[in-house]
Amino acid sequence: MKKMMLKPKSETELVEVIADAGGPLCIQGGGTRGFASDGEVLSTRGLSGVELYEPGALTMVARAGTPVAEIEALLAQSGQRLAFEPMDHRGLLGSDGEPTIGGVFAANVSGPRRIQCGAARDFLLGVRFVDGAGHVVKNGGRVMKNVTGYDLVKLMAGAHGTLGALSEVSFKVLPEPEAEATVQVGDVGLSVAVQVMSAALGSPYDVTGAGYDPDTRKAYVRIEGFSSSVAYRADRLSADLAQFGETQQVERSADLWRGIRDVSAFYGREGDVWRISVKPSDAVALADQLQADALQFDWGGGLVWALVPEGVDLRARMGVSGHATLVRGSAETRMRLGQFHPQPAPLAAISAGLRAKFDPRGILNSGLMG
Amino acid sequence: MDMPSPSAVILARKAELVAKLAAVLPGDALIQDEAETRAYECDALTAYRCPPMLAVLPRSTQEVSDVLRICHQMGVPVVPRGAGTSLAGGALPTADCVILGVARMNEVLEADYDNRVIRVQTGRTNLSVSGAVEEEDFFYAPDPSSQLACAIAGNIAMNSGGAHCLKYGVTTNNLMGVTMVMMDGTVVEIGGAHLDAGGLDLLGVICGSEGQLGVVTEATLRILRKPEGARPVLIGYDSNEVAGACVSDIIKAGVLPVAIEFMDRPCIEACEAFAKAGYPMCEALLIIEVEGSPEEIDHQLGLIIEIARSHNPVELREAQDADEAGRIWLGRKSAFGAMGQINDYMCLDGTIPVTELPYVLRRIGELSKQYGLGVANVFHAGDGNMHPLILFDANKPGDLELCEDMGADILKLCVEVGGCLTGEHGVGVEKRDLMLHQYSPEDLEAQLKVKDVFDPHWLLNPAKVFPLSVTEGRRAVELSK
Repeated sequence: MKKMMLKPKSETELVEVIADAGGPLCIQGGGTRGFASDGEVLSTRGLSGVELYEPGALTMVARAGTPVAEIEALLAQSGQRLAFEPMDHRGLLGSDGEPTIGGVFAANVSGPRRIQCGAARDFLLGVRFVDGAGHVVKNGGRVMKNVTGYDLVKLMAGAHGTLGALSEVSFKVLPEPEAEATVQVGDVGLSVAVQVMSAALGSPYDVTGAGYDPDTRKAYVRIEGFSSSVAYRADRLSADLAQFGETQQVERSADLWRGIRDVSAFYGREGDVWRISVKPSDAVALADQLQADALQFDWGGGLVWALVPEGVDLRARMGVSGHATLVRGSAETRMRLGQFHPQPAPLAAISAGLRAKFDPRGILNSGLMG
Repeated sequence: MDMPSPSAVILARKAELVAKLAAVLPGDALIQDEAETRAYECDALTAYRCPPMLAVLPRSTQEVSDVLRICHQMGVPVVPRGAGTSLAGGALPTADCVILGVARMNEVLEADYDNRVIRVQTGRTNLSVSGAVEEEDFFYAPDPSSQLACAIAGNIAMNSGGAHCLKYGVTTNNLMGVTMVMMDGTVVEIGGAHLDAGGLDLLGVICGSEGQLGVVTEATLRILRKPEGARPVLIGYDSNEVAGACVSDIIKAGVLPVAIEFMDRPCIEACEAFAKAGYPMCEALLIIEVEGSPEEIDHQLGLIIEIARSHNPVELREAQDADEAGRIWLGRKSAFGAMGQINDYMCLDGTIPVTELPYVLRRIGELSKQYGLGVANVFHAGDGNMHPLILFDANKPGDLELCEDMGADILKLCVEVGGCLTGEHGVGVEKRDLMLHQYSPEDLEAQLKVKDVFDPHWLLNPAKVFPLSVTEGRRAVELSK
């Protein structure tokens, strides 16, 4: 059965759609990230367009349904970028569609650079959203420092539309660096790789990526900035990390990190995909426990991607603190296990309380986030 | 400035409350003597004072939990307090409240260099967090001006920033986990040494909630390796507009300094008279600092100086050594002290889009003439966080009120140009009544709903952040109980 799709073209129409909804709504940007709840699809794609871009103030304001590609193209014209490096899920999930900026922030999607400059939520400066009762709410603004009232901006980032449908986001952007370089260290096992990444991230060389591929047994460390500075730091890191294994500079650094960001190592491979956030030094113990078919490591070991046979509840095997999200799995598995990590009772009560306040009818992406 | 009248019902039950608290706290943790409670009558916003009914100084999360549970059962408001350095009156008591100070909880619980985090009790001062990891060449990045005295608890409550947050972010960007006690005494753990706590971003909304959602007793903070070195350059211009344009060009050029500080003529003159840092007399001074190896610093300063020269500076001074670097920072760091020497002043904290800097400075100049009060501007230009200092005479009747009116006009101006009322000091009581200039009643209602969830009876720091008229219904429910 083909689902009906609601596609408001303005915030006013978005208010009407939500206020008039007779049942659950599945709020969707590009629908590329595999977080779909039951209900009538409410697409934000009709709310599109960049409303303000000030390169000199490092800020942009865009409607939630604006394609990420459009934003990145516009930023590139001024030599700027989304520094938190949002992942593109399409390759991993086999999804199509156009990722939107609202979707990026609603799911708090960040990439390898998260360890250095922060997550999507750290770049989100302001939001406008429509809550479950059809009220328009704004919070934050378009300035870098803002402590005026509660930070609902952070609360909306990563809420997956459960507290409201984003209509507009304002966010910080950063200059594109002049150069980047990646030092690889091989041939190392996971335990040594975590030490390599820890040493690099604990160095004064401002590392912007630290990942490990167990298939090639190589750890990767990225630096970015002005050419001369990158050359200097790459040399220093190569020298400092040589104690762990053979160091070498990678030829195609940008391609490598796009692959790490999008978990391209799992493309076309059968099974469920889990994304696990742990303390980096727990990565070794975690990997021992998971019994996964394949693993990939980012964030110095703190972000673990696991490929496992269909239907396995990986959370039961973790054995360390942190949280796991089922990013790819069949509809049946997603329904049975839930995509999100269950929270301890007092936090679950707070979350449920917030959802009841912002969405009293329980119609916004009601199946998501526990 | 109005505060809610103290509840006679609560005051009448003081003895009962004291007895209950005495049963869970060691004797020296409970302060009820009037001479001693007076020490907690205000924070750094000294214009407003009110001694609390009681003060408690617990030493553990368990003691905090016991205190909150008892106050919750008896319906007694609680005002949490870090080091009492708030410039916004965030820790201002009411006569019927219990001040809950975390100053005695100041231990480092774990310094973990492999994972680049430190776990501390939140009564620890900001600077001593860096101090604890300094030997390993690490530091904690947010650096509010009060960092010698202010506590991490207050930093979290106010989401504090500092001069170097242009590169490293403010508290919320460096906070990874908390142990927090809810008003009913429940202890919750959020986040930890892993990134991005699961579920809704509760950590994000707790940070900056001004002690209204819970009392944070322990925090996991991100620590960073120190850069190899840092060096400032000082640039003088003969107009604010040109200095503002220079800042914007530097940012556009892709250089990301760790700090860009801005001072105008009244501030330069005061600092010079006070600190004798050797500043040039001009309309606008920029202090820009970059980090890295000596070669990296040379390269970045080279780019900055090239841009600065294209705007015809009247002065350009590059620090050649640590001594010169120290002198460049000397005046800026003593700016507030210098202004305090010559005048009473009120420090504002609005933020504006960087591109609006010249216009806003011109309008502030006009307001200064209109009100007949001097203004000195010193602020973090890189992120548009302004600190206009309005000069007034506390002994002259009516001057404080005039100053507050002018301050309100400046903050409204910040909002008009797309900015906000407060960039790093918080709303507290000081800017509470201006909130409706930035937010609609519906916007505020969404924030109130968050408090309803965390603290349904509105007992935690209840008279702050929002206009009293807006929160009256919620607070009144409690008083009539």
